[in-house]
Amino acid sequence: MKPPAFEYHAPASIDEAVTLLAGLGDGAKVLAGGQSLVPLLSLRLAYFDHLVDVGRIAELRGIRNEPESVLVGAATVDAEIERDGELAKRVPLLARVTPFIGHFQIRNRGTVGGSIAHADPAAEYPAVARALDAEMEVASPNGRRRVTAREFFRGFWTTALERDELLVSVRFPVWHGRCGFGVREFARRHGDFAIAGAVVAVQLGADDRIERCAIGLFGLGSSPVRATAAEEAALGAAPDLATGEIGRLAVTPLGDVPSDLHGSARYRRRVGAAMVERALNDAIGEATRG
Amino acid sequence: MAEIAIAVVVNGESREAMVEPRLTLADFLRDECRSTGTHLGCEHGVCGACTVLVDGAAVRSCLMFAAQAHRAVVTTIEGIRGPDGELTAVQRAFRDAHGLQCGFCTPGFIVSMTAFLRDNSKPSDQQIREALSGNLCRCTGYQGIICAVRLAANAAVVT
Repeated sequence: MKPPAFEYHAPASIDEAVTLLAGLGDGAKVLAGGQSLVPLLSLRLAYFDHLVDVGRIAELRGIRNEPESVLVGAATVDAEIERDGELAKRVPLLARVTPFIGHFQIRNRGTVGGSIAHADPAAEYPAVARALDAEMEVASPNGRRRVTAREFFRGFWTTALERDELLVSVRFPVWHGRCGFGVREFARRHGDFAIAGAVVAVQLGADDRIERCAIGLFGLGSSPVRATAAEEAALGAAPDLATGEIGRLAVTPLGDVPSDLHGSARYRRRVGAAMVERALNDAIGEATRG
Repeated sequence: MAEIAIAVVVNGESREAMVEPRLTLADFLRDECRSTGTHLGCEHGVCGACTVLVDGAAVRSCLMFAAQAHRAVVTTIEGIRGPDGELTAVQRAFRDAHGLQCGFCTPGFIVSMTAFLRDNSKPSDQQIREALSGNLCRCTGYQGIICAVRLAANAAVVT
């Protein structure tokens, strides 16, 4: 179908965008790459009186290296993440999930900030943000604030963003030392929404034991989930720990696993546990070799 | 709803137009530019038939508003041809390897694979399959299409 009618605004700066959002109120929505929003409009699942296109705001784009983190502008397209060799070394999870997002034609338009602000529970970037404790920088007419990933994701397609706020950038922490990373996702076809997926980061200490562990899950709830019980169980363990058990622990506490024609909640739990197990094996393998 | 003034270059030709905000780039190309080789299958970003190049990047023109293409350079299937006006290597390969049957999806495949092979001239079979995942074909069963992309990639390496 054709999208419903709306007024189009193309601000040139962040200040102009948030002033517009504040003035337009409830009927306004930010348009970034449009790879999730436009289908919703075309299917008439969503209606907005105003779209504020942030695609012309140069200050929203780009990848900046900081000593302990990488700052990604909200309107940076996925394809740019995919091409950045330095980013692949500094935040491997971000680089490695990107090829799983849609298809290359989608990644040419889709943005990091768009995915995170859309907060689809089956999406890859929100899970990475959650696993790595990324920090969102948010602008409004009243100034800037920072929101942790834990605070940011509130539920299905729901975030801590207020109506007059714009996601400006996402700060992904860099892990140092003997680290390894794993990404596993199961979908019926490449580019489909994940039935279940896991991103895992581990760091080994001087005694070869797991000193730090982060596990993010997607497709397994109404928000991207952090598997804290599983992470705690992995801490202090030797690299040859029973990763299958960690996988089971990751999905046991989940309360709102979706059930639909692609798979029942029970099936998704089993797939989720397997994804955690495999991603953890990959991460430990990499940390051990590195 | 207030119309938006846009300036776009389509297949080398500069165009200025007033567009309704909700007009997709696909509908702009088809209805305003009469570039009807850009096919609309699903109109919500699944089938890939409407794929065009925007500033060189392959994108779904149904998932972009014409207003967003302001000041962009757009290439549709009509703009993809060899220097002599004949078929490109990708187009020849699709013909030679039976990479199409009814042809409805073909413009999207050709545009997508033109961009893919430009950026990755020596793809692995796995990369070809992944690159094709964004375009749907209901006729061929894909084997002819995969062969066509392999053929085009090999031809590019030889020449």
